Amino acid sequence: MMDAGLKSELQKQGVFTTTLESLYNWGRRNSIWPLQFGLACCAIEMIATTMARYDLARFGAEVFRPSPRQADLMIVAGTVTKKMAPQVVRLYNQMAEPKYVIAMGACAISGGPFKQGYNVLKGIDRFIPVDVHIPGCPPRPEALIHAFMTLQQQIAAQELTGPRRPRHLQPELPSEFPVPRYGDHDLVPPKNPDRWTAPAISRSNS
Amino acid sequence: MKPEVETTVPRVELRPKDAAAGQWLEVAMGPHHPSTHGVFRMDVVLDGERIVQLKPVFGYLHRNHEKLGEGMSYLASIPYTDRLDYFCSLTNNWAYTLAVEKLAGLTVPERAEYIRIITAELTRLQNHACLAGFLLQDLGATGTPLMYAFREREKILDLFEALTGARMMCNYMRFGGCRCDLPEDWVPRAKKVVAETPRFIDEFENLLATNEILLARTQGVGALPAALAVNAGITGPMLRASGVNYDLRKVDRYGLYDRFAFKVPLGAHGDTYDRYFVRMLEMRESVKILEQALATIPDGPIIDPKTRLRGFRPKGGEAYGRIEAPKGELGFYLISDGGPNPYRYRIRPPSLINLTVLEDLCRGHTVADAVAILGSVDIVLGEVDR
Repeated sequence: MMDAGLKSELQKQGVFTTTLESLYNWGRRNSIWPLQFGLACCAIEMIATTMARYDLARFGAEVFRPSPRQADLMIVAGTVTKKMAPQVVRLYNQMAEPKYVIAMGACAISGGPFKQGYNVLKGIDRFIPVDVHIPGCPPRPEALIHAFMTLQQQIAAQELTGPRRPRHLQPELPSEFPVPRYGDHDLVPPKNPDRWTAPAISRSNS
Repeated sequence: MKPEVETTVPRVELRPKDAAAGQWLEVAMGPHHPSTHGVFRMDVVLDGERIVQLKPVFGYLHRNHEKLGEGMSYLASIPYTDRLDYFCSLTNNWAYTLAVEKLAGLTVPERAEYIRIITAELTRLQNHACLAGFLLQDLGATGTPLMYAFREREKILDLFEALTGARMMCNYMRFGGCRCDLPEDWVPRAKKVVAETPRFIDEFENLLATNEILLARTQGVGALPAALAVNAGITGPMLRASGVNYDLRKVDRYGLYDRFAFKVPLGAHGDTYDRYFVRMLEMRESVKILEQALATIPDGPIIDPKTRLRGFRPKGGEAYGRIEAPKGELGFYLISDGGPNPYRYRIRPPSLINLTVLEDLCRGHTVADAVAILGSVDIVLGEVDR
């Protein structure tokens, strides 16, 4: 890395220096195109976030793309039912790397208020990796903007080499995940065991 | 621009030999489609660009609402009703509390009825504004009308937030009244918002009502004959656009609606343009109701002091409460067996029942028109699938 004093001195002379890595991440984090994809109530707050008052365009993310091929970010905005879950996973698989996921709202995180229902998936992270969880029912637009900024920080912290490479530079990581089937009684399989296992509850025997 | 308005839906001859020769094309629009207003699928069969058959497929957002309602207390169901039609949580609250009040024989104080009317009409304003925005977005006016609609919606949501603490999921009404009283400066703020609304409607109409593209895309498209609308059980602005004078605010006179002077706008052709325009006119009527209600709201209690919210056990029986929600007749049917939970909890969703005529509306039109017709039906999938 360059000495900060030297960098500042060069800037005074009109010479701008940077690293390829920070330039690369700067470009990536300021043009995240989300997938235009709403599931339920949270989708309305997602739309409100893109509108004039909250103006997601300030973060370079106002270009909602209807096609997964052109999208970088999937905002899972709403309740994922068992009938819809295969479609959500398939859409994720169709997105091009590097791709990110925000689980917006209680339903996408854990099933939320409908968790006891027979037709509701208890969290989308049972099938696909989630980068940012944002709680709320529904989260306010400010909360969604916070999720965006968190994601931007995560992207800015990635490096071109080494263990903190982004996912698309790590060929051993899978970019597609098995699509579950909408079976007779439940999703088949009900979860992806490589992605998610039930948290172990430890009880002390005192 | 089309010279005149067609009032009947043209029928396309079914030609099985084309199907055999592979000339028909089956297209699944949805559940991921930018114009289907959520997770809704239309399986269309196309002859060229014309729709021959259309099968609506839903259930992608089935959240077991009714089953969950049977397993929890009457009070605990109120937040769930918010999430039915998530644009209009306050009218959903009202329909449910009305059913419970009928079941238990509770009365509502006058001030609470006024607050209910004010919040319901504000809900209607923002629902219709957003509907127009989404419809025009589907027609290709990307951004601007929807931005204007959401600008107005944010003002109304600010009022809801000041009153109930939440923007969308208000969870505000209770059996026998409302949860909390209006904040001190709420009525003047609401008056200001209401006073600004006609200017917004004027602006919207100046932009759109005579817009040539809008006229060409919507006039004569998806006409719904009045007889079919009545037979199919269509309610709300969609029924009134077909010229049937049926508004539960006038028919049932629930709440205190008979104290206020307002008109029921009716359409003449029942096409997509009428469905759009009837909603614009309804917004003006809502403004009239709001002006009257905000000027005359009385003081007093906001909830019947005899109401027991917790440990609420109405005696056995059944009740059906219905209101004129922004999308149509929203009804809740409850059967009590004397226990703390309803024995049966059934919702009559206007969105689902208005959707049943979609094939009749779309047959013979192009795929692009199907998008416009669906936009004018005004569905919310949370209510369709429940």
